[in-house]
Amino acid sequence: MSDMIYTLQDFMTHTKGVVYILAVSYLIGFTAFWCFLFRRDKKED
Amino acid sequence: MSDQAVKKSLFTPFNIIAALIILGGIPIAIMRFTQGLGAVTNLDHTNPWGIWIGFDLLTGVALAAGGYVTAAAVELFGMKKFHAAVRPAILTGFLGYSLVVFALLFDVGRPWRLPYPFMVNQGVTSIMFEVGACVGLYLTVLFLEFSPAALEWLGLKKIRKVVVRLTILLTVFGVVLSTLHQSSLGAMYLIVPSKLHPLWYSSYLPVFFFVSSIAAGLSMVIFESTMSHRNFHDKMDAHHIEASRHVTFGFGRAAALVLAGYFAVKVFGLALGNHWDLLFTGYGFWYQLELIGFVAFPCFLYALGVRDKNAKIIKFAAFWTVLGIVLNRLNISFFCFNYHLPASERYTPHWMEIGISLFVITIGLVVYKFIVTKMPILHQHPDYPEEH
Repeated sequence: MSDMIYTLQDFMTHTKGVVYILAVSYLIGFTAFWCFLFRRDKKED
Repeated sequence: MSDQAVKKSLFTPFNIIAALIILGGIPIAIMRFTQGLGAVTNLDHTNPWGIWIGFDLLTGVALAAGGYVTAAAVELFGMKKFHAAVRPAILTGFLGYSLVVFALLFDVGRPWRLPYPFMVNQGVTSIMFEVGACVGLYLTVLFLEFSPAALEWLGLKKIRKVVVRLTILLTVFGVVLSTLHQSSLGAMYLIVPSKLHPLWYSSYLPVFFFVSSIAAGLSMVIFESTMSHRNFHDKMDAHHIEASRHVTFGFGRAAALVLAGYFAVKVFGLALGNHWDLLFTGYGFWYQLELIGFVAFPCFLYALGVRDKNAKIIKFAAFWTVLGIVLNRLNISFFCFNYHLPASERYTPHWMEIGISLFVITIGLVVYKFIVTKMPILHQHPDYPEEH
């Protein structure tokens, strides 16, 4: 993919695209992490 | 107390080692101020900032972040169960920032000009002015936040009452100033895109510095609470001993969440720079060690410790995070700075630079011990029950 980068526009499109995918993955992962951190507390309550 | 008892209390291993380090540091300090920077450092025009900036200042400021983090949690967010942690955290912050300024006197070529940005030439377009102004103002705020403990010790009730009334104002001011200068310390490195390795250089450096300072502050409070438990148990009252358990689990949980966020912004920074190809070079493996070994790993440990109610794991995670912050700041200021230069032109600290750093830290530890022993930091003053 980086071989196809010729302009700043190409670079921004590529890197922003990757970041958007990472951000969505992170939000899903963070939800799982939140559950891992808090679930046992809720069970105890 | 008999002479023998006094001798026994004075000649403890801590006191002897501290005395030796301070006695060793005094001649180096004299050399620094009489013969200049060249006599005691390996600094030059290529490497003008050494460990006095990378370790004493960058790491010192990050690790002193416990003050604003704890004060904000308790005074602004109403988490009163952590109240017992405020004074030790403020004290660590106050001493940390005092030592930063003290260490800066050694590093700045003409230390008597340190007040110039305030009085002579502001240089408001420089990020260093912002850092200098915030550190100066925040040190004043920390002094005022710490002063009720000293005033209780001195028995000055009226002045204490006035200062205590200012608590919320000081806390808000402290959070604002900390947010500004913790991030600005990262922003200082925005000026060196060609000198700092691309894996560490990012236009998001200010964000990295600020978010990591919160994790550093939370971890330092847990670490310091552990150390106080071990070394000053006799100075702690039942309230503080009970509260330290809340602090360990509450701050451990917060640290897990903050480290998870820090890990994410670091990866986003990597993606925005499109530096994936550098990950499998020598520096890349070093970067992975920092990111996985000292951010993701302690994040997982914190989560595990909180989930399983295991204080030992949390305390280890706190220690590991503190090490990670030290590594991050040293990577940016030292290991990965001027990375393209041949080894002969790279900076390695002179033994006397390390000596001065040890000298400064030891003075901090001695003052901390004195204050904790004399003032109501880890216990309530009998004249002010339930007030702090």
